Amino acid sequence: MEWTSYLAPLSQGAWVTVQLTVYSTILGGIFAFLFGLGKLSHNPLLKGISVAYIEIFRGTSLLVQLFWIYFALPIMGQAIGLDLRFPPVVAGVVALALNIGAYGAEVVRGAVQAVPKEQYEAATALNFTSRKRLWRITLPQAIPEMMPTFGNLAVQNLKDTALVSLISLGDMAFRAEQIRNFTQDSVTVYTLVLFMYFGMALVLTACMKLLERYVGRWRAAGR
Amino acid sequence: MFFGIEWDTSSQWAFAVSIFPILLHGLVVTLQATVVGFFIALILGLVLAALKSAPTRLIRWPAKLVTEFIRDTPLLIQLFFLFYVLPEFGLTLPAFLTGALALGVQYSAYTSEVYRAGLEAVAKGQREAARALNLASSRTFTHIILPQAVPRIIPALGNYLVSIMKDVPVLSVVTVLEMLGVAKIIGDRTGGYLIPLSMVGGLYLVMTIIASFGVRYLDTHLPKRGLSLK
Repeated sequence: MEWTSYLAPLSQGAWVTVQLTVYSTILGGIFAFLFGLGKLSHNPLLKGISVAYIEIFRGTSLLVQLFWIYFALPIMGQAIGLDLRFPPVVAGVVALALNIGAYGAEVVRGAVQAVPKEQYEAATALNFTSRKRLWRITLPQAIPEMMPTFGNLAVQNLKDTALVSLISLGDMAFRAEQIRNFTQDSVTVYTLVLFMYFGMALVLTACMKLLERYVGRWRAAGR
Repeated sequence: MFFGIEWDTSSQWAFAVSIFPILLHGLVVTLQATVVGFFIALILGLVLAALKSAPTRLIRWPAKLVTEFIRDTPLLIQLFFLFYVLPEFGLTLPAFLTGALALGVQYSAYTSEVYRAGLEAVAKGQREAARALNLASSRTFTHIILPQAVPRIIPALGNYLVSIMKDVPVLSVVTVLEMLGVAKIIGDRTGGYLIPLSMVGGLYLVMTIIASFGVRYLDTHLPKRGLSLK
């Protein structure tokens, strides 16, 4: 078989990979902000939950988390009388987002803590409410600092999406495995897929760079 | 039954207790793969770092491209590539070694950056001072640069050791019986995924907590100003 005949199924898989990456990166970003700010909260409950979340998801393997959500959670749901059987797409997106969100939360925490203390003092002196201080002072200065690491995490997330093929989701890695089973032409298939992932990573990096430049304008002048 | 150990499904506790030794068998394989993969990453990373700082662009640019390519492609695909493609070139490795090699290749891209950043972080004045004192460049490297770079490099490498440990479960797809693969098989055969998978999660947490204490210890106890050579 010609290698061009692989392109149709592979690009179907590529579309799934792109969707998974986009959804889980966005959801992961939301988790990162929620729990990263939660870890800095003075409320012991919020702080406790955030620390536990970050430690659990950074401390275990993504594949363990994925299998746990896909295979073990339904059993636990049965025991407590809930239907926690998720379709593979949902399990995959949730597992990826929870995993990358935990890494992102540490980035958010670090960047927020790196905002100079004088900024808080000035905001307090100007009688800002704490919400306004967060939105107007802290985050606009912290977010540009997070962007380079977020870019790396997004690429990491793209690579991690390959693992969802192991819960039979038809992404690019899954299609590659199917084609290999069918044709035994492993050299061509996997070389092709490696380059497709590389291409996607380059595009994703470029997108994150654009975003980085966009939020870079929020940096305080003169810094 | 697995590894010659019978499991007991009479109660949840009995099940958990009976599969624990089986999971420990898997844990040993996980640790072995981590260590072997890490050593391959250390050596390959050194090669890549050397090539990336080669004097001619003809070597430097391809080396950078290769590093970028390795870093931007998934471990799973690299693993499949090695697993299915190497035998076609007459190199048939056992699954465990193929897996460790894939881990080593993937992480060599990261370790090479660690080496480079560690060497570049040594203050420029140190090199200049050594030069002013008429030290040979080989002695400058071994006696001035390296002792100051190593304390920066080691904790960063430690973090990648932990990352490698967390990536070992991927090796189960090429039939390496590491901990998660073992737990999955127990689940497949008994229908009870919850207990084995949760135990694997718990064991991973214990291992990463121990490892992160180790890394933090290294980070605080390695002399920041450089290792003494005496």
